[in-house]
Amino acid sequence: MAVAARKSKAPAPSKAAAKPAKARSAKEGAGQAAPAPSNVTPFSKDEDLHAYREMLLIRRFEEKAGQMYGMGLIGGFCHLYIGQEAVVIGMQMASKDGDQVITGYRDHGHMLACGMESRGVMAELTGRRGGYSRGKGGSMHMFSREKNFYGGHGIVGAQVSLGTGLAFADWYRGDGTVSMTYFGDGAANQGQVYESFNMAELWKLPVVFVIENNRYAMGTAVTRASAQTDFSRRGISFNIPGEQVDGMDVRAVREAGQRAIEHARSGKGPYILEMQTYRYRGHSMSDPAKYRSKDEVQRMREEHDPIEQVRARLIREFKVGEDELKAIDAKVREIVNDAAEFATHDPEPDPSELYTDILLEPAQG
Amino acid sequence: MPIDILMPALSPTMEEGKLAKWLKKEGDQVKAGDIIAEIETDKATMEVEAVDEGILAKILIPDGSENVAVNTKIGVIAAEGEDVGAAASGAASASAPEKPAEPKAEAPAATSEPAPAASKPEAVPAQAKSYDASSEFPAGAEIVSQTVREALRDAMAEEMRRDKDVFVMGEEVAEYQGAYKVTQGLLQEFGAKRVIDTPITEHGFAGIGVGAALSGLRPIVEFMTFNFAMQAIDQIINSAAKTLYMSGGQMGCPIVFRGPNGAAARVGAQHSHDYAAWYSNVPGLKVVMPYSASDAKGLLKSAIRDPNPVIFLENEIMYGKSFDVPKGDDFLIPIGKAKVVRPGTDVTIVSFGIGMTYALGAAEALAKEGIEAEVIDLRSIRPMDIETVVASVQKTNRCVAVEEGFPQSGVTAEIGMKIMEAAFDYLDAPVARVTGKDVPMPYAANLEKLALPNIGEVVAAAKAVCYR
Repeated sequence: MAVAARKSKAPAPSKAAAKPAKARSAKEGAGQAAPAPSNVTPFSKDEDLHAYREMLLIRRFEEKAGQMYGMGLIGGFCHLYIGQEAVVIGMQMASKDGDQVITGYRDHGHMLACGMESRGVMAELTGRRGGYSRGKGGSMHMFSREKNFYGGHGIVGAQVSLGTGLAFADWYRGDGTVSMTYFGDGAANQGQVYESFNMAELWKLPVVFVIENNRYAMGTAVTRASAQTDFSRRGISFNIPGEQVDGMDVRAVREAGQRAIEHARSGKGPYILEMQTYRYRGHSMSDPAKYRSKDEVQRMREEHDPIEQVRARLIREFKVGEDELKAIDAKVREIVNDAAEFATHDPEPDPSELYTDILLEPAQG
Repeated sequence: MPIDILMPALSPTMEEGKLAKWLKKEGDQVKAGDIIAEIETDKATMEVEAVDEGILAKILIPDGSENVAVNTKIGVIAAEGEDVGAAASGAASASAPEKPAEPKAEAPAATSEPAPAASKPEAVPAQAKSYDASSEFPAGAEIVSQTVREALRDAMAEEMRRDKDVFVMGEEVAEYQGAYKVTQGLLQEFGAKRVIDTPITEHGFAGIGVGAALSGLRPIVEFMTFNFAMQAIDQIINSAAKTLYMSGGQMGCPIVFRGPNGAAARVGAQHSHDYAAWYSNVPGLKVVMPYSASDAKGLLKSAIRDPNPVIFLENEIMYGKSFDVPKGDDFLIPIGKAKVVRPGTDVTIVSFGIGMTYALGAAEALAKEGIEAEVIDLRSIRPMDIETVVASVQKTNRCVAVEEGFPQSGVTAEIGMKIMEAAFDYLDAPVARVTGKDVPMPYAANLEKLALPNIGEVVAAAKAVCYR
């Protein structure tokens, strides 16, 4: 069964009621609280349905990846995005075609959100020839020039300079696109992040730095690793505005994303969004997550789950029936099962692939 | 159909574990994401999450079972609408641990067959052929005397005129006109958007350059010296060199990293390191180290046009030296081709970059003693034109390799090994090498002189392999 190419973009935003920017200017200093949910621009029914479906796809894809890892079909490292779905989906709903996305090693959700095919992503996880990198990259290293997804990077923090370079190219070409550069609370302590902040603001590069603060850098809690735990303030000494966002609420993410992207696109330079989010699973598959309590995880799942929030709204406010939701669930499951099936039976790369893609042939003349 | 729950592997190396505890019992409703069991390995206790929904129809492996192999069927879920009893009884007959389906069964018979020869690393034919550099200067081109510095500047200016995607970034490249004046005049001609002064922030601007290159621009990133590129080497190796491969050929990285490399004079250990061997170790990079001004110009132009990351190693002492250079925008020297600079019959001396000064000086001295050395300038370290070297060794049967870098795992070590692989039977003496000494570069004038190679050492090595 073929999987139809999925649309990556959200329905056109229904309400253009752009709120006054809540960005704290770098000089103002910070309040700690994320914007209260009640202030968030509501979604239309179509937008909520879109967000629900997209987030559910990531959730089910990741659960399936976890299962396939358990079966030995996926090797090496495998970092799941479960719990953080609202961040990338909200940001994609705020972005335009041509904008670039780059992230670290927890990248499956970003690829699906960019419209990359589930089959190709899953087949890369299993190291098969139909994978996005033809089986030569793996979970942490996948790319799609067509979908403007620039990886998938295994070195913590390296994508921040690279993403700033994508923004440099946007600025150099003057094509009005924006680089969305994602990194975690752990990467936020790398030196090159601040080197990049400095140049991004110095040259007014169109980049949105999306810090996905999921509270743990592998096993180290934010408070044990960061002198300044308000990541929206990390750009203050470079005059980069920033704000904290409820990263479990896809509406709050989109709204902040629109502000940040507009700022970058209009030539005002970089913008920092600290997405306060949570990963339910361990850092990687082999992490028993002893550094946090089960209650903490359970509380986040029960009270803040990004998908359940949307589901509840769909039922309560838009009177969407269980049957319709079940049909969406079934459709998503079908895509994921098809991807898993494909990724299980697709052949491994041909041995001759060992020596391809090392260098490109120079053009003649 | 009932859904089997299999014993999961929870790390890259796990083969079996203990099924410590079921958290659901038979008949319980199970939702995707529910934790259904706990598994203990020698390293940790891990939770097993359900992926599928339904009712836990049957538990096949009870609490506390030890040494349960990965992929053993441990339970069965009846999907919605299925008969739980049937699912459970169907499962019972299959309750013995099954050998898991070999996941890669449909893959081509795993990889014992060798890769096609065409794509394998270089093989030198039995009778090697030397690269003919004699027609590199275009016929009838006007020849001018230029310093290496001027040749490098002209190469960049010509390529920037040719392609608007080419730009230069680095410390002091614009307003200051280049720390070593290599970018002199470029700001005036091309403006601040294409000749960009960066802050002192090598790691950051190398990464920005790589990002811009992944996006399709053609950056020339100048390091004030390659010693400072150590701050940036992660981006050069992990991002620039590997991304094409890791993306299955999608993400080319057309970028040039250039700047002075190796020892200047009296600048101490932190400003004198020769990194040729370091970069030459990395697949996905090209590494170029010219000696003459014409090679500097022709190779830099090729490097800028090349779709791959190129490490372009210059030398501060060579910047002011003058050579004949042909005029014209289309003068290119191919990357990966060596040049026989001085023909000879008795011994092959191979070097590159500033090492050529010792090689050529030694050849002159040797000629006075009746030994005709053939001198080869490697020019490119990676890919390395070993065929031209081997062709020469097949004639002279003797070889001395010369570099300023350290001996262990050096470029000359590689040259010696390659000659042994390709031309062992032609050798009348072991390959000799002359290198920088195995010490951090000292500051004192006399010690620095001792640490670097010199003409006398090359002469002595050549005589030794000639048994003279």
